[in-house]
Amino acid sequence: MADVTAALLTTADGRPLKAALAEAQSRARRRAFLLVAPLLAFVVLTFIIPIGQMLDRSFHHDGFSANAPNLVEWFDANPEGTVPDEAAFAALAADMKLMKENKTAGEAGTRVNYTLAETRSLITKTARGADKLAPPFKEALLAIDDRWDDPAVWQAMRSSASAYTADFYLSALDMERAEDGSIQRVEEQGRIYVYLFFKTFLLSGIITLVCLLLAFPVAHLLATLPMAKANLLMILVLLPFWTSLLVRTTSWIVLLQGEGVVNDILLSLGFIGDDGRLKMIYNQTGTIIVMTHVLLPFMILPLYSVMRVIPPSYARAARSLGATSWTTFRRIYLPQTLPGIGAGSLLVFILAVGYFITPALVGGADGQLISNLIDFHMRNSNWSMAAALSAMLLAGVLVLYWLYDRLIGIDNLKLG
Amino acid sequence: MKKILILTTALTGMAFSAAAQELTVMSWGGAYGEAQTEAHVKPWSAATGFAAKMTDSDNPATPIKAMVEAGNVTIDVASIEYADAIRLCDEGMLEPIDINALPAGADGTPAAEDFIPGAVTECAVSTDIWSNVFAYDTSKLTGTVPTTAADFFDLEKFPGKRGLKKGPKAVLEFALIADGVPVAEVYDVLGTPEGVDRAFAKLDTIKSEVVWWEAGSQAPQLLADGEVVMTTAYNGRIFNAAIAENKPFQIVWDGQIYENEMYAIPKGAPNKDKALEFIAYATSTEGLRAQATYISYGPARKSALKDELLYKDGKTVMGPHLPTAPENMTNALETSADFWVDRNEELNERFNAWLAQ
Amino acid sequence: MAAASHNDAFVVFDHVQKSYDGTSLVVKDLNLNIGKGEFLTMLGPSGSGKTTCLMMLAGFETATNGEILLDGRPINQVPPHKRGIGMVFQNYALFPHMTVGENLSFPLEVRGMGKSEREAKIMRALDMVQMGKFANRRPAQLSGGQQQRIALARALVFDPKLVLMDEPLGALDKQLREHMQFEIKHLHESLGITVVYVTHDQGEALTMSDRIAVFNDGRIQQLAPPADLYERPDNSFVAQFIGENNRLEGTVEEIKDGRALVRLNTGELIDATPVNVSNKGQKTLVSIRPERVEFKAELLPADAHLIEAEVIEVIYMGDLFRTVLKVAGHDDFVIKSRNTLGQRVLTPGEKIKIGWAPQDARALDPV
Repeated sequence: MADVTAALLTTADGRPLKAALAEAQSRARRRAFLLVAPLLAFVVLTFIIPIGQMLDRSFHHDGFSANAPNLVEWFDANPEGTVPDEAAFAALAADMKLMKENKTAGEAGTRVNYTLAETRSLITKTARGADKLAPPFKEALLAIDDRWDDPAVWQAMRSSASAYTADFYLSALDMERAEDGSIQRVEEQGRIYVYLFFKTFLLSGIITLVCLLLAFPVAHLLATLPMAKANLLMILVLLPFWTSLLVRTTSWIVLLQGEGVVNDILLSLGFIGDDGRLKMIYNQTGTIIVMTHVLLPFMILPLYSVMRVIPPSYARAARSLGATSWTTFRRIYLPQTLPGIGAGSLLVFILAVGYFITPALVGGADGQLISNLIDFHMRNSNWSMAAALSAMLLAGVLVLYWLYDRLIGIDNLKLG
Repeated sequence: MKKILILTTALTGMAFSAAAQELTVMSWGGAYGEAQTEAHVKPWSAATGFAAKMTDSDNPATPIKAMVEAGNVTIDVASIEYADAIRLCDEGMLEPIDINALPAGADGTPAAEDFIPGAVTECAVSTDIWSNVFAYDTSKLTGTVPTTAADFFDLEKFPGKRGLKKGPKAVLEFALIADGVPVAEVYDVLGTPEGVDRAFAKLDTIKSEVVWWEAGSQAPQLLADGEVVMTTAYNGRIFNAAIAENKPFQIVWDGQIYENEMYAIPKGAPNKDKALEFIAYATSTEGLRAQATYISYGPARKSALKDELLYKDGKTVMGPHLPTAPENMTNALETSADFWVDRNEELNERFNAWLAQ
Repeated sequence: MAAASHNDAFVVFDHVQKSYDGTSLVVKDLNLNIGKGEFLTMLGPSGSGKTTCLMMLAGFETATNGEILLDGRPINQVPPHKRGIGMVFQNYALFPHMTVGENLSFPLEVRGMGKSEREAKIMRALDMVQMGKFANRRPAQLSGGQQQRIALARALVFDPKLVLMDEPLGALDKQLREHMQFEIKHLHESLGITVVYVTHDQGEALTMSDRIAVFNDGRIQQLAPPADLYERPDNSFVAQFIGENNRLEGTVEEIKDGRALVRLNTGELIDATPVNVSNKGQKTLVSIRPERVEFKAELLPADAHLIEAEVIEVIYMGDLFRTVLKVAGHDDFVIKSRNTLGQRVLTPGEKIKIGWAPQDARALDPV
């Protein structure tokens, strides 16, 4: 009804009202858009494109497919399970020559090596002597290395022959392709990623919870103290930001290690014996303690910003209505701090999931998290594997985000 | 997608690409980067009059791939690990270097004979040899002291915590050497599944007593804090603690696993010819000797070891502190770049799974 | 309602003192009895101690010295939630995360009341403020006036005997405020509850209260019904604070038959009623309400003293004229005259004579 009326309305000079309104506002909109355009461009360039690239890399790797055209052709023509014939070995030999010419054996070998270990050196070695290859190619290639007869090698090359592959995601789930192309779990000794994903999320959850328990009273104190004292306390809260992460981590090592300050104090007070020194670092405990310290401000600040604007009159009202101080806290104060709790927890959790320096330095044998392995693959230029792991981490965080939205509501989020 | 990659990398690269008429060397920073700056970059610039500067990276090999793919190479020389030099060369990311373009030794020996085997590859030249060793604190371990790799794993003879690098490389080899595998056969054994199991089984014997370290600086710190009675470490770090900081640390060279550190030129370097000149200068007998006066990593030329070398303090004789000293080489293993290029991912996964058990 | 005696008073402040910092008193020796069913307003400028008194009564502040009694029982040691006092806050303090119904249900729930009883009480309270249809709304979805009604309903829903209101209408616009004043007054009368009301708005205080306690500087300056306060202020602070008033300074010339003759500092003689003066020669401040000043001599007593005035400005205000005069050296003397048929309208610059009945001018303490 309202729409119909609006459509019929015209301006004084007879133009439709809607068109006139749109015209009047479009100029203001254009100016507003120009204002945000630099930021938009910045976000697209530094955030959306890199994430897109990362996702692309996680299932796209043309290191082998682009450099072995003859083999790709042969794999396309012959279905999975075909025993390599002389034509296949001829294609292999031709590609090896091509790789030697273009210096791409390493690139191609690297890709195949991701699927099957030790094929990289096989390919680079064969490519080095590719000039001397002559028919019959099967014998010639087997003379260089008898592994060319191994069906696993051919299966590995087949799955590398497509630029698009789910192999990296398979590896990230502790799975692999068997020689016949079916998917199976890797040997128990090699299963690590699923366990680490689980542990990363669990540890991040614990850290988030500890941060929340510690930050809540501090934030409340900050929000209720007079301004001058609150500012001083705020400086103390932010102090950790002023020193480098490495320095902070190192000082925790000095404090917590077996021969460290805390143990020495406990020893001199007689709480523990010399052989009963507490193991507080180079294990999960250490990771939790140090990461909680590092991430605590990210919990305090959103909580503080929410608590600061809760007027004390709410608590007074509840008290005057007959509520005890505990009921007042539980039913009146706590629910109103939920946006801060949500924002702080999300922030701390996401940061904790991505941390790797701290767990690397104080985590010891069992403090390793998934980001340490992402870092490892980055350093070894296996970007596809790092990208696949990152994408799964991203997916995990998005699932949690979605859960948060369903349970608490994303509009109940206050970051500052 | 490649276009976008090029675009973004070019954008980020713009910040660096201002100086064209200047040679840029990228190294690891810290005491190591400083040694190369003092021994190579500054003197070369002074001798040739061509501007040169040093930049740092966590691992100079990492940015090379991105730069070459994007066609925007901003560095001329990079100091990279041996395995990376092999890998990047295979992938066509490095300029080839002709060994005959390198100067003869100070005693006139041609470069091809003067460099120790493996020190010059198709695309890179060794700037020094560094080593994974283990060390202990002489003020804490008195009486019987460890002398062999096997002693490191002997908890009965030497009870107490052990520091070990958190990663399979040089750790699995060390375990096998300690288990009695001759150095010449280590990679053959490690190439088999049984060999890998054997290495992990050896590590299992001390697993409960191990404190794992990640950054090179952690190892001497663990030793100094008394957290461990002995630890594996990069030999230069222990040398620095012992000589520069007067810590009572003793290196055990038995079972050392050494490796060449390489200078290489990324493909498409802006000052390719000058970069080659720089490498020739830096890897000459004098250049290698100069670097060794700053840090205890050994020169890879035989001629550089003929005369006695002094540390920058002017009194410490470097010879016995270098991995390349004959008395340190009696039971030593050279890291196999080929092995690790092939098996790094697989063994790393296995190693992490083993750690988490 | 007459002032209750100490014994049957519902709320008693007995020599109450309050200090926040230990060096100065914000409430100085407060004695106040509030009768059952009374509507008492604490009126005063900010910082006068009125809100502190209310907070001590509610239990959010503790008296530094003295005793507060509620229904004969000392309550200094009783925590706020056990006092059973309803309270309406300045900014309503409706819990934003609860619906209107949940807000009202809260005091009943903490008292362990059953569901059906709760619902009946909530409906009754909402109907009382004509908000029966809003039980499922959130406070943020209501207008200021509606929130005010809900706050009122919440303070009343658990049937408290005493309700405290801390400037509850401060955030409303004028029209709504006047309407709510009427409603609150009406509720007070129909429920028979005792109300202690804090405001700095004298109009509000005069409209609603049985008695008003005027606070200044930590003390009650005057405690009286509204008419007394307006017509017969005890001292110059009250005279000045309540309503508009003209002040003239002078010296008492003579006091006779309940009338004082005051010689102004500029020499003129005026009539006044002595309040805080008793002797000839005393300094005094004479207070006269603008609507009691007359410039038509025929309407004044024959023996009234008249003084010269010059019209400076005439402001038309619809129902009345507000005229600013220059009198005895002051150019802020105001008179108000009703806009009746045939009223004489003054013009600026005009010279006139003004006067008043002696009982309308009060000779108070000099400031």
